[in-house]
Amino acid sequence: MVHMANQIAIFFASYPKEEAVAAVADHLKKFWEKRMRKQIVEYVAKGGGGLHEVALEAVRRLQ
Amino acid sequence: MTLIQETDFGTPCRVSEALVVLEIDGKPVTVPAGTSILRAAAEAGAKVPKLCATDNLEAFGSCRLCLVEIEGRRGTPASCTTLVEPGLKVRTQSPKLAKLRRGMMELYISDHPLDCLTCAANGNCELQDMAGMVGLREVRYGYDGENHLAAAKDESNPYFTFDPAKCIVCSRCVRACEEVQGTFALTIDGRGFASKVATGGENFLESECVSCGACVQACPTATLIEKTVIEKGQARHSVVTTCAYCGVGCAFKAEMQGTEVVRMVPYKDGKANHGHSCVKGRFAWGYATHKDRILKPMVRAKITDPWREATWDEAIGHAASEFKRIQAKYGRESIGGITSSRCTDEETYLVQKLVRAAFGNNNVDTCARVCHSPTGYGLKTTFGTSAGTQDFDSVDEANLMVVIGANPTDAHPVFASHMKRRLREGVRLIVIDPRKIALVKTPHVKADYHLPLKPGTNVAIINAMAHVVVTEGLVAEEFVKERCDVAAFEQWRAFIAEPRNSPEAMEGITGVSAADVRAAARLYATAGNSAIYYGLGVTEHSQGSTMVMGMANLAMATGNIGRPGVGVNPLRGQNNVQGSCDMGSFPHEFSGYRHVSDDSVRAIFEEAWKVALQAEPGLRISNMLDAATDGTFKGLYIQGEDIVQSDPNTKHIAAGLASMECVVIQDLFLNETASYAHVFLPGSSFLEKDGTFINAERRISRVRKVMPPKAGMSDWEITMALSKALGYPMVYNHPSEIMDEIARLTPTFAGVTYEKLDRLGSVQWPCNEKAPEGTPVMHVGGFVRGKGRFMITEFVPTDERTTDRYPLILTTGRILSQYNVGAQTRRTDNNVWHDEDVLEIHPFDAENRGIRDGDLVSLASRAGDTTLHARISERMQPGVVYTTFHHAMTGANVVTTEFSDWATSCPEYKVTAVQVRPVTRISEWQRQYQETRRLTTQIVGTTIHGT
Repeated sequence: MVHMANQIAIFFASYPKEEAVAAVADHLKKFWEKRMRKQIVEYVAKGGGGLHEVALEAVRRLQ
Repeated sequence: MTLIQETDFGTPCRVSEALVVLEIDGKPVTVPAGTSILRAAAEAGAKVPKLCATDNLEAFGSCRLCLVEIEGRRGTPASCTTLVEPGLKVRTQSPKLAKLRRGMMELYISDHPLDCLTCAANGNCELQDMAGMVGLREVRYGYDGENHLAAAKDESNPYFTFDPAKCIVCSRCVRACEEVQGTFALTIDGRGFASKVATGGENFLESECVSCGACVQACPTATLIEKTVIEKGQARHSVVTTCAYCGVGCAFKAEMQGTEVVRMVPYKDGKANHGHSCVKGRFAWGYATHKDRILKPMVRAKITDPWREATWDEAIGHAASEFKRIQAKYGRESIGGITSSRCTDEETYLVQKLVRAAFGNNNVDTCARVCHSPTGYGLKTTFGTSAGTQDFDSVDEANLMVVIGANPTDAHPVFASHMKRRLREGVRLIVIDPRKIALVKTPHVKADYHLPLKPGTNVAIINAMAHVVVTEGLVAEEFVKERCDVAAFEQWRAFIAEPRNSPEAMEGITGVSAADVRAAARLYATAGNSAIYYGLGVTEHSQGSTMVMGMANLAMATGNIGRPGVGVNPLRGQNNVQGSCDMGSFPHEFSGYRHVSDDSVRAIFEEAWKVALQAEPGLRISNMLDAATDGTFKGLYIQGEDIVQSDPNTKHIAAGLASMECVVIQDLFLNETASYAHVFLPGSSFLEKDGTFINAERRISRVRKVMPPKAGMSDWEITMALSKALGYPMVYNHPSEIMDEIARLTPTFAGVTYEKLDRLGSVQWPCNEKAPEGTPVMHVGGFVRGKGRFMITEFVPTDERTTDRYPLILTTGRILSQYNVGAQTRRTDNNVWHDEDVLEIHPFDAENRGIRDGDLVSLASRAGDTTLHARISERMQPGVVYTTFHHAMTGANVVTTEFSDWATSCPEYKVTAVQVRPVTRISEWQRQYQETRRLTTQIVGTTIHGT
């Protein structure tokens, strides 16, 4: 899951930070089922180690 | 019910704005300039005898039967090779012509067996017809002279025979192989009386013949004829339907005796295939009546139990009861469904409806997940809709084709023949593929550039090409300014112009010469009409969606979008990949690609379906299996898919399925996934049901029932029964009513009805008020999303890396004679050409490992290992090996990994780090597979199924 989130973040990381974070959050909302989102949110709540900074920020916006 | 007999106009149709008026048999006739007199006569209703002429081949002028007289001209010219001219006065019948024609027929018949009454072509033989038409009453030469009647018959091909004793050497077969198919496998050997059709090999089977059937179709006698016709006799009626193999979507006439198929003949009016076919659609339909078909529903408590036959009521009742029990115990989201690209639109629509309305969640996905889901994402993001931009005939106006990650001669053979014809006519070609696919060099075709990139570097190549376009002033500035989001373009332009994206900077990554990339990019940008055609070599990567967007960027930057001859064109793998996606099979969207979170869209479906729907996206296939392993997903309804064989990392798939409490399979055969199922519902083949398929060009074509469902129910009826048992009855009396509902609820299908499809043959969506007869080319005048959106496509190397332990890259794909998981084609004589998956390996890599051609080798990755036989091939580049996934025993997907596309989770089938070494025994997985298969496919009271 971390790998998947990072892949998404790396694609959008080419854009300005704010745009990238919004795009990743939007992607997770549109395509990830809620139990997957719950898992990544819980993971971030525990520190989110290994997550790309854009992914980390985006997941925080899901909470 | 009648046998459809298409009119043969003798020579091809010509298109010209200039019209020519002439007189034929005293009647004025108007035809386009360039038309032959033979065709003009046929269009005017005058029947001129002919043998060597047929309207899908250029005129040849050898049979001398179509002679005519032209007022004021000497002699009796062949009407097939004589073009119309203004004011010509032509006579097609006269005593002189009759005598000449009879004389020619005498010569033909003097060297032809007189066995009409026992000949397989009796009643459907042009030679016989012409003898009747010219009034042949005697053969003055007798039959005792030197002849060819003792020539040996060639029965080597499993599907047709070649009997040279019946050959009149009209060359139609040779010309069909050249002009229609483009294989050039046949020739006329010898001269004069010694002339004969030759294959260049020992026989048809050993030759370069690809068994497309074009020669058989072209033959005016019984020289080349289907073995099924020899066995069964001539058909009595026919029904036009659509092939259930690849995404080309060929129209066929199913020629029948009662409810038995005699042969499948490509339909001339089919707008995707124009009367051509390939070995699969033409001949490989015998699976429909194969003994392995399961014809009764079956149930079992545990997957280790033998199957027990049950009534429909019992099986469906059991499945529904289990699904309800699971949801009561584990929650509403604990079950889901998978639709099939092999099933009709109407069937996939019903399965997704069942999941959303009866299961009450959005856990529905489709096999497009593992092939073209990045196409959907990439094209929707950039252009606004999830589909290819052109019709196939658009290639007639292309000046350049770019074929990327596709092997059309194997995977889309009928369109490949169309492409090859255009290439022989001078269209330029760029091939971007790690392998030297057939299009790189085939008879009379040679790619201008072959860019043999390393697997996994597509985005690097497309970015490098775009860099050349941007930095060398090749951008179509006016197009971009008018049609695209300029701010996004400028952002992209700045990114792509960076030196790190240059061909020189990328050379070390892609392995492709910078000079070639620059030349190819210049050619693409300046050729006039440049069209991109791509396949799974683009999508099945960790950057699959990025690459689709990269191609869209390139097309927009050069203005190659929005008119005939250009575009970005996915070559869809299976027959109804496009349709299954269009029908709302993905977990996040309804039919017509509308997101489930859109309240206004959801309200439309809630109103129509009378049920509250979920606004949250559901699970994708891979996520369902992950959730199963985690213990939160326990039940799955799979219609017409075999995820154990087709999806990556077989062990993970099998573990997920094995942890579920109720897996329901609806299929023709006990496929690999059925080994993990608890309920089996026998499905029906495409010959047994009504519906529609949608091909790669968005063409909606009818599938028509030619025989009753062998198990008693069509697939759409089974889904309805299951839904009813779940407490959500759906009521349709015919698939046309399902399409009516689709049209009501889906704006891009608003104008689609079965009546319209019957009237027009087929239509391409969008088909609605704005485009009542469909839309061959999309984005004309404006993109569906408004302004075309450039996306930044940074190249990111895959995480799948070669190591000392796994130093080679495996890429997987398909072969001409087999289809997908092989469930259909393995149950036909196509096995003659490919009875096992083999590993193609470059001579250098083989020699390094002490591998000889034909050796059994181990193919191992970090995910698993299997064994198969090696084929040493210079088609491969050093460091890259290739295999197919058509045979279950090979287990190619035991080796592939869980890495996938970042946006869509489409598996990265095209890049797996592997090691290859010679072995003497099959792998442990293969031994276990055999045992599992033996245990899980037993049926109480019957023999084991396990093909």
